[in-house]
Amino acid sequence: MRYQCTVLKNELLAPGVHLISFEKCFPFKAGQMVTIALSVNGPKRLYSIASGEPEAVMSVIFDIKPEGALTPPFALIKPGDTIFCSQPQGSFLGSEEPAFWIASGTGIAPFRSMFRTGLSSNKTLIHGGRFLYSFYFQDELIAMKHNYIRCCTQESGAGIFEGRLTRYLRETPLPVLGFKYYLCGSAEMVVDTRDLLISRSIPFENIISEIYF
Amino acid sequence: MESLFGKTLAQLTQIAINNGLPKFTGRQMAEWLYKKQIANISDMTNIAKQGRERLEVKYTVGLTPPIKVQTSTDGTKKYLYTHGSRGFIEAAYIPDDDRATLCVSSQVGCKMGCLFCMTGKQGFQTHLTAGEILNQIRSLPERDQLTNVVYMGMGEPLDNPDEVLQSLEVLTAGWGYAWSPKRITVSTIGIIPAMKRFLSESDCHLAISLHTPFEDERRKLMPIENVYHLHDVIDAVKEWDWTHQRRISFEYIVFGGLNDTPRHVNELVRILNGIKCRINLIRFHPIPDTPLHGTDEATLQYFKTRLNEKGVLCTIRASRGQDIYAACGLLSTKELMSHEQKDY
Repeated sequence: MRYQCTVLKNELLAPGVHLISFEKCFPFKAGQMVTIALSVNGPKRLYSIASGEPEAVMSVIFDIKPEGALTPPFALIKPGDTIFCSQPQGSFLGSEEPAFWIASGTGIAPFRSMFRTGLSSNKTLIHGGRFLYSFYFQDELIAMKHNYIRCCTQESGAGIFEGRLTRYLRETPLPVLGFKYYLCGSAEMVVDTRDLLISRSIPFENIISEIYF
Repeated sequence: MESLFGKTLAQLTQIAINNGLPKFTGRQMAEWLYKKQIANISDMTNIAKQGRERLEVKYTVGLTPPIKVQTSTDGTKKYLYTHGSRGFIEAAYIPDDDRATLCVSSQVGCKMGCLFCMTGKQGFQTHLTAGEILNQIRSLPERDQLTNVVYMGMGEPLDNPDEVLQSLEVLTAGWGYAWSPKRITVSTIGIIPAMKRFLSESDCHLAISLHTPFEDERRKLMPIENVYHLHDVIDAVKEWDWTHQRRISFEYIVFGGLNDTPRHVNELVRILNGIKCRINLIRFHPIPDTPLHGTDEATLQYFKTRLNEKGVLCTIRASRGQDIYAACGLLSTKELMSHEQKDY
């Protein structure tokens, strides 16, 4: 079942990366996703919700895939336009348990939702990106202070780890027990990071992954 | 240059019209490509020479031979094909008495990130086109011996539904290879919308990667469980009529101490109740860096026996090509490792 929702805002977060906010049609849990289409029979894709549970709007983040059927027109959408949105789905859910949130690129979306839902108090967020502008929402996530780590592969900046997030993880002591590890991003990042965590004796039962497809 | 191989009759007809050739040239091209198995447009001798020359300006047949083959002592052969400048795909040829099965890939790499899978370690590079999927069959030296094709190689077929369905159309249509759909099985981890589309648009068999009947356990093995829940996959399967010739099977890799207990047997029986199906138990052959290990032979046999006693048809798939690591992804991942660059 898909619902028509009115678009409220289209923000350019970084070159080719958009945050679309639209009216909230249903409640959701932080970490869930929705299917979005621009017309009833048009192409549809799954997106993690990037807004928090208590907010009055829903938002999603995406980067434009030039050859894609949905993202190029989606990037042109304006306030007042309508989109079609499914009921929220998925079980990559935030919790009160202590955890590491590990994301690459737009994989930050579910963790931003968890952050804005108030689940960040016992969490460490590690975000990997190519450029300094790849750390979407850093202005708000910086509130996590030393528990917010940005790993940049192509540029350097104050307070930013230079290198891949897997290198950061390799060089950092990690708790083996009592923590969950949530991974969200490209398949390659998820698989590499999961292998690395397992090699550091973290039980695979404590690693929860969300893949983009 | 665009490839003609892998195009449907409708697409070939459109190409003929767009290039000022008679409409029936589309059918002639299909005949040459899929019945007479030519390798060059110039070999399409019942098309006027001028017409062939016009096609050759924009198109090629588009076949790619394998660059490497590994042969197992049991006769299994693993073929490696290049894709673009840095990708590799694999196809496994598995002869067995009066059958010969080819396991084809549908993507370069895979996005699904299953814990037990080697292909996932490459990440995802691209979808294969219908022509590239079919090339694994067409360019196979043993193609004339093939009796079955399974879409169980690299990639998640139903993450690439347009091209997979197009390849199935070419394989099964009268103007194409005219194979019976009962000789073809497509495997999925359970992408529900694409699975429903596959069931509607094709008559081929379906295999679902199950691996545990418990959702909480499955999400630790297969991230897709966080998106499409197993009970929704099973519900979608139950909506379909399986009483005719079309078959559904469930793939179940048996991991020691993880999914091989009586509790798993009971839950499998419960969730599959009412579906006419088969469970294929698969021995796990460890891949690098995995925390998983295979179950012992006695437990495997007991698991199978208990399922059969409870009325669920269950078989153990013979392990083939172990000496050449015939499980998908190992050969191509090894080839890829030296070229890798990452950006996260």
